[in-house]
Amino acid sequence: MTTPQEGCACPLTNQAYKKISRRDFLGLAAMWSCVAAWILAALGLGKFPKPALLPDVSRVFKIGRPEDFPVGTVKIIEDKKVMVQRDEGGFSAISLICTHLGCIVSKTEKGFACPCHGSKFDEKGNVVGGPAPKALNWLEISQLPNGKLAVNAGKSVPVGTKLAA
Amino acid sequence: MRWKAIRNFSQNLFEFPRTFKRSLIRHDKPVSDRARSQIMFNNFFLHILSTRIHRYSLKSTYTFGLGVMAASSFIILLVTGILLMIYYKPSVDLAYDSIKDIHYVVPGGRFIRNIHRWATNIMIVSVFLHMARVFYTAAYKRWRAFNWVLGIILLVLTLLLSFTGYLLPWDQLAYWAVTIATNIAASANEFTDALNITAYFNPGRFMKILLLGSEEIGQDALLRFYWLHCIILPLALVMVLGAHIWRVRKDGGLARPDHISDEDLKGTPKDPLSDKVFTHAPQKTYNLMCLVKGKTPIVGRGPEQTVSSWPHMMIRIVAVFMLTLALTCLYAYMIDAPLKEMANPSVPENPAKAPWYFLGLQELVSYSAFMGGMGIPGLALLGLVLIPYLDREEQEIGRWFDNKQGSRVTKNSFIYAVTVVVGMLVFTVSLGWLRNWFPQIPQLFIIFFNPGTVLVVFFVAWSFYCMVRYNSTRMAAIALFTCFLVAFVILTYFGTYHRGPNWDFYWLKSQWPVH
Repeated sequence: MTTPQEGCACPLTNQAYKKISRRDFLGLAAMWSCVAAWILAALGLGKFPKPALLPDVSRVFKIGRPEDFPVGTVKIIEDKKVMVQRDEGGFSAISLICTHLGCIVSKTEKGFACPCHGSKFDEKGNVVGGPAPKALNWLEISQLPNGKLAVNAGKSVPVGTKLAA
Repeated sequence: MRWKAIRNFSQNLFEFPRTFKRSLIRHDKPVSDRARSQIMFNNFFLHILSTRIHRYSLKSTYTFGLGVMAASSFIILLVTGILLMIYYKPSVDLAYDSIKDIHYVVPGGRFIRNIHRWATNIMIVSVFLHMARVFYTAAYKRWRAFNWVLGIILLVLTLLLSFTGYLLPWDQLAYWAVTIATNIAASANEFTDALNITAYFNPGRFMKILLLGSEEIGQDALLRFYWLHCIILPLALVMVLGAHIWRVRKDGGLARPDHISDEDLKGTPKDPLSDKVFTHAPQKTYNLMCLVKGKTPIVGRGPEQTVSSWPHMMIRIVAVFMLTLALTCLYAYMIDAPLKEMANPSVPENPAKAPWYFLGLQELVSYSAFMGGMGIPGLALLGLVLIPYLDREEQEIGRWFDNKQGSRVTKNSFIYAVTVVVGMLVFTVSLGWLRNWFPQIPQLFIIFFNPGTVLVVFFVAWSFYCMVRYNSTRMAAIALFTCFLVAFVILTYFGTYHRGPNWDFYWLKSQWPVH
């Protein structure tokens, strides 16, 4: 019986064992380790553009005291793109950012309408027409320890959720 | 003896103009075929083109110079873009004012910006037409498949360049068009929302954050778009364009038919040597200068139906470049590039329209954000890339619409596509779609069944019918390509002229409500 070690000693008679020479093996290993290093480096570099910290301002903002919102109030806070309202059930906040492609919806008699692609919503923000895939976001509204109301634009709640007065 | 160096020095000084010229241009005046070849072959910038060119490739009714026109407009865009970078400031506070400065204060700034804007239009139109030319003449066949893929990459890069440039003026139009576009990039979450898995898997948000560097369009987004528009995308385009042209040369020039008659070559320049039959093998062949694919000149005969690229091809390239430049200048002189009020994140533009060549997509997006913005365009691009790999029929190449059958299929597909697209638009505008009839319908249903996807199904069905009817993958490809081209043109026209505020239908812009 011949062994691979013997095969190395007489390469001409033991071709079957000698699939790859040591030189080729080392050369190929070196080449592929370089390729692996490049790929890993590229993946590492690819992570670079993903922002670790978002520069946006806090999504939580105060809107005032509960007394500022008597029953029946409907107030649009333009720069925050939010509509706050108060009825018998309590306080609620609806985001005015269209769920289709991010335009700002405007208030109409029957609900909301988006200028960009014609999405239409009812008073509760449910879709009644157009391409919007889902209802306008209802945002979490809470009362801070100092009594002020705060809206968290980063957290949506089920349609119809209200903060009891 | 000691005067020898001085004599040499003065002699060299007097001969400097001649020796300098000799060191710069290392061949004779282009009076012989040899020197004419050397001009092309020894010049770094020209050697991407071949030394000799087939007369068929010079036929203006074959190529219409569209590829050269696209490349010319890109060069114009590079030059004007580099000039604009001197004054443009990529900052949210300064960008809009710097564009106003370019328009009103910088000498010639308005003209340069106009040229930059209108050359974009010419580039996009010529890239699309060039693609159609290559397709309808079956020039993607044989060994040219990958060059077609490079062409598709160039098309995508062209559109991305135009899109990233759109944000830079930081006006209302820019801000809202880009809001829409980045939300299209994020529209995968329409799909994940419908499946209720967004909380665990949100590729849409990832795309948006990567593009904007933030949740909203702000300073980071402007800087990223600037970086893409001025560095990454032009660099990528130059490299791919280089490979694209290089491959044309290595593939033996433009695709041309195997059998070319004298009638085909009417009106093209002719080499007097081409009639001559050499009795001895040629001492040197032009193909040895660079091995290329295709038939090589047969030994014992003159260089078949080829002429030197210098001057015959060069003069045509320069002519197309000058025509492109003249068009942009004329356009830039007559019409100013648009600039609206400064971007205001709380008041959307109504209607918020992207540049006209994206309005077909915007029409599709108004049916479903995910399908219109990602699904259907992605499918169309994939289909384009696959054409040369799925249609590998041996056939005559280099003739418009192949033959009688090809032109018939093109014509029928044209009529079919116009009917289907117009029918679908009339239907949706007058009757609405599922959401108007069943407000409670699940979104997943609309994603997969909307006017856009219905059109795709109609087109694929027609293409399949043509494949079976003519027993040919090429005819199926012609049918599908024609349908998509027609749909693109009609939807673009429709989005541009018949969509007004709230994306409602209007016959004329003058009917838009005043607000």
